[in-house]
Amino acid sequence: MQTSAMTDAMRPPFPAESGSGVYSNKLGMWVFLASDVMFFTALIGSYIILRFGMTEPWAKPGAVLNVPLTGVNTFLLICSSVSMVKAYAAIADGKKYFLRKVAGKTLQDGGLKFWLLITIICGAAFVGVQVFEYIKLVGHGFTPTGYREGSVLAEHALADPVKYGAGVAGMYGSTFFTMTGFHGFHVTCGVISMLYLYFTKVLPEKYSPQDYRGIEVIGLYWHFVDLVWIILFTIVYLI
Amino acid sequence: MTTPPPQTTTTHVRPNYILIWGYLFILTVIEVAAAFFSHIPKHWLILILVVLAVVKALMVAMYFMHLKFERWRLRIIFLVPLPLAAILVTAVIMEKIF
Repeated sequence: MQTSAMTDAMRPPFPAESGSGVYSNKLGMWVFLASDVMFFTALIGSYIILRFGMTEPWAKPGAVLNVPLTGVNTFLLICSSVSMVKAYAAIADGKKYFLRKVAGKTLQDGGLKFWLLITIICGAAFVGVQVFEYIKLVGHGFTPTGYREGSVLAEHALADPVKYGAGVAGMYGSTFFTMTGFHGFHVTCGVISMLYLYFTKVLPEKYSPQDYRGIEVIGLYWHFVDLVWIILFTIVYLI
Repeated sequence: MTTPPPQTTTTHVRPNYILIWGYLFILTVIEVAAAFFSHIPKHWLILILVVLAVVKALMVAMYFMHLKFERWRLRIIFLVPLPLAAILVTAVIMEKIF
């Protein structure tokens, strides 16, 4: 029988292998994430150099991009990170179920199936909102090559070139779509991977408190995607 | 397929994930408010926003990715690219300046 101290404790999902001190799947994911740090640094670094190296002003925050909508999207991704870590905690405690009633409590207790599904839904919603944002931006004339001739944004940029960064619109468009696009690709890969795990491992209840490596490894990836977005949201949308 | 041996590694007290979520939410609201509704000078605003973003990113790494509870050798794997990234960006900036 588990004590409350045991339920609240964090244990690794699989015994460590000799040498590295962790199981190989987790080590592999950390090495991949380290390489991904370099990948995103190259993108973010290029953006910083291009933006602050320009003599002409960049578009003001909120002039072109829909910051409130992206703020909600950021919140969605943060929520998905919490639900991911709750999924991790649930299987560590042996809660493989979806929802279960707890005596004396109004809210039902969520298990691995519930929390991972919430994560997938939030991740898919993030991608959906991003696609919606792209469609709107392109519709208004903001493309990877700048403001489309004759579009609403091109007219605004003519009227107020400082606010809309008319002189560097091409640079703005290409850096914006490259950075957010690659991040969106990472989120999409994460959602697909979680869906795969959900149908092949979680629903058939193949994970146990003795072995839930897949949940920890996909969780690391998912939290990293959230971490990168926190940085991107600040430097692309707010500064 | 063999059954894995029972857990033998040391345990840690689990962080309060909902509390971390609350902090992240509050910091995000502060960021957006500072960016749009404050009259802070631009260079100070950039500094504040970057610091807030780094604090949020560290919270995700430390508590959600459990780096706080990991062995040092694993933390080093994640930390090693950061100075390399700084060198990369600095080198390109230097090339642009000189």
